[in-house]
Amino acid sequence: MAYKQATHASADHSHHDEKPSGITRWLFTTNHKDIGTMYLVFSGIMFFVGGAMALVIRAELFQPGLQVVDPGLFNTMTTMHALIMIFGAVMPGWVGLANWMIPMQIGAPDMALPRMNNYSFWILPFAFTLLLSTLFLPGGGPAGGWTLYPPLSLQAGDSLPLTIFAIHLMGASSIMGAINVIVTIMNLRMKEMSLLHLPLFVWTWLITAYLLIAVMPVLAGAVTMLLTDKYFGTSFFNAAGGGDPVLFQHIFWFFGHPEVYILILPAFGIVSEIIPTFSRKPLFGYDAMVYAVASIAFLSFIVWAHHMFTVGMPLAGQLFFMLATMLIAVPTGVKVFNWTATMWKGSLTFEPPMLFALAFLFLFTIGGFSGLMLAIVPADFQYHDTYFVVAHFHYVLVPGAIFGIMAGVYYWLPKWTGHMYDMKLATWHFWLSTIFVNVLFFPQHFLGLAGMPRRIPDYATQFADWNMWSSLGAFGFGLSQLLFPYIIYKCVKGGQKATDDVWEGSHGLEWLLPSPPPYHSWNDPPAVKFSEEPGEFDPHAGAGGKH
Amino acid sequence: MVKQLASGLRAAGKTVARACVAALAGVAPAMAAWDLNMPEGVTELSRKIYDLHMLIFLVCVAIAVVVFGAMIYFIWRFRKSQGAVADTNLTHSTSVEIVWTVVPVVILVAMAVPAARTLIDIEDTRNSELTIKVTGYQWKWHYDYIDDGVSFFSTLARSSDAARQLGSGVDPNTVPHYLLEVDQPLVLPAGTKVRVLLTANDVIHAWWVPDFGMKKDAIPGFVNELWIRIDDDKTGLYRGQCAELCGRDHGFMPVVVDVKSKDDFAAWLAARKEEARQAKAPQAPAPAPAASPASASTQPEVAQPESGQPAAATVAQTN
Repeated sequence: MAYKQATHASADHSHHDEKPSGITRWLFTTNHKDIGTMYLVFSGIMFFVGGAMALVIRAELFQPGLQVVDPGLFNTMTTMHALIMIFGAVMPGWVGLANWMIPMQIGAPDMALPRMNNYSFWILPFAFTLLLSTLFLPGGGPAGGWTLYPPLSLQAGDSLPLTIFAIHLMGASSIMGAINVIVTIMNLRMKEMSLLHLPLFVWTWLITAYLLIAVMPVLAGAVTMLLTDKYFGTSFFNAAGGGDPVLFQHIFWFFGHPEVYILILPAFGIVSEIIPTFSRKPLFGYDAMVYAVASIAFLSFIVWAHHMFTVGMPLAGQLFFMLATMLIAVPTGVKVFNWTATMWKGSLTFEPPMLFALAFLFLFTIGGFSGLMLAIVPADFQYHDTYFVVAHFHYVLVPGAIFGIMAGVYYWLPKWTGHMYDMKLATWHFWLSTIFVNVLFFPQHFLGLAGMPRRIPDYATQFADWNMWSSLGAFGFGLSQLLFPYIIYKCVKGGQKATDDVWEGSHGLEWLLPSPPPYHSWNDPPAVKFSEEPGEFDPHAGAGGKH
Repeated sequence: MVKQLASGLRAAGKTVARACVAALAGVAPAMAAWDLNMPEGVTELSRKIYDLHMLIFLVCVAIAVVVFGAMIYFIWRFRKSQGAVADTNLTHSTSVEIVWTVVPVVILVAMAVPAARTLIDIEDTRNSELTIKVTGYQWKWHYDYIDDGVSFFSTLARSSDAARQLGSGVDPNTVPHYLLEVDQPLVLPAGTKVRVLLTANDVIHAWWVPDFGMKKDAIPGFVNELWIRIDDDKTGLYRGQCAELCGRDHGFMPVVVDVKSKDDFAAWLAARKEEARQAKAPQAPAPAPAASPASASTQPEVAQPESGQPAAATVAQTN
């Protein structure tokens, strides 16, 4: 087959992989794969740091009464857990996958702005050192919730400016990463690849990158106003000075809602890569999937106030935000239906990436349902700020975003390392994670409906039973995650040699490269022909007919 | 129709919930409750909200049965291990895609109508018969019957407060209404449209009693409002909590409401007014005309919220 020969020819070109050895390779690297690896390792470390904080929370909530931490430290744990998981685990995880895969998927040698790529990564360890150092300050770390609502957040001590500077650094890093992704996709993709030939992971990242550029400065503005309110005598959020505490919430959620799609859209992309591969069939409704992601991204800018229905908005405002929020169910539904339809008349196998993608499909949908319930304003007056909300966003973030990252890692790991990983152990990792994540979060729906507010360190005795189950699930989930780095470590060290295709049904340019791929991915773009119709490059569909 | 459906579902939901509770009770006999669902509540609005909740929940369950059913069937039916061969030409179908875009829109519109109607009711605070001002403090509530000059703080009961200290050694199960008991509950009349004004003195709090269906933020410098009308026959104690993170002791500022019949409430209020008057009277010494009655209050908290209020306070618009 022609494309295969082209592949190997181009791979031979790139054998002059000079890289410095030792620490300087990593410090000064401008290589997309090295930087991607650093992002992923960093994300993994933060996942365990944030997870340890979650276990402190769940240990305290194991039974009523205070046994483990005092309420102040409890609040610090909830605040830090969120900041670390969002900005430290999930976002760098996605940037790591983008770094590794985007050049390989679009026929490019590297990212377009390699030095900025290095810079955007190396900011992160400093940002999180700054953030974590607040734990050791007198007065402790930030304890006003990751949403940093004033006036409460302004009651913090010295942790406030450090947290704000850390957020600024994370924001700068994200914006640089986003610029790099956009420039790379727009300028370095192979000539024959039109926008409607982009792999879905590339599409979702392109849209995510625009969201990042649009909203990270908004967050920076909001936290800067907090800083000036605290130290420079302004009154943006202080009613006594003519300001308005609710203004902060509007600005924050104008950032915050697109942010939740920043966390989930790349997962949509990954699932859209994996389900076709293991169904041995092209993605159903490729263009509809692209338009659905674009609509979701657009709608994300006009629904922010659904996070704050209880602040006392005018009726017309509440109705608008309710209707706009409900509208998001339509493109999200289209995506779920298309993934399901991709399996119709497929030929399915259940390797670990597919298992995680299927868990995503089921459990993210459950999070979608509770999201729809939360959109109904009168009902939200009951749900708001209860464990029902906690259950909702953990369903979309853990079996949603985190499972998306894990599915992606299990999908591409043999390509990266050139070795197959231990499938049996990875399947164990999947089943343990999926069972425990439900034991952990499903009972939280009941707790919220029964009236348990979120962010409380102790609770009335009628909430004891489900909290105990939730905590058991949390420890089970947390411990099962230790398998993940072990499986990866083992795979990096060795294992059965991976083929270039790796998976029988794999599709896309990255599988034309050898496993492991050369240091610079595509010095010359592969000689492949794209279909006239929208859709990803698929070597299997090429022979079959029109696609 | 929606109402009938909802009430039917409510009955069904209760039966299922009871069965589950009964089943689980065998597992953990000594444990309290395995609450699964939102309380129906005791006010006009809480029941409407409950019905909406059940309606949207059951719509979600119905969709879930279809969608998850399809997923599970496909996963089972098209296994490669059972010899399934992929049909790679199935890449799109415009008609199917139109159907699964339009059907959700129709369902959403059908949901939005009753939701909007209930929301309009919720926001209609006109014709209230009694107004209570609720002020959130770190970490207690202050209640002010603004037309009657009666006001007081409501703080976590001492028994709960002692038990909730880190390493107190007290088993919370032995404390009556652990964390949901206060020294002085808010007293409200049944069968009366009560308007609640909400504000705060320091940070944002949120006042919430699940049985009343409503939760609203208490924001420093701003006044929010909500209304409740508790059913005539639903006198008794109702419990809730602060719902907006407000600092260290956010988990320890419960809301307890004692609902009395109209007559009992009138008697209670008259007694409290008398107490308030007597508390002021002996403190106003005859030879000191300069002392104004207001500043001589023995309940400093009466004056506090006002002085703590920024001059620029505005009423949040609620239409």
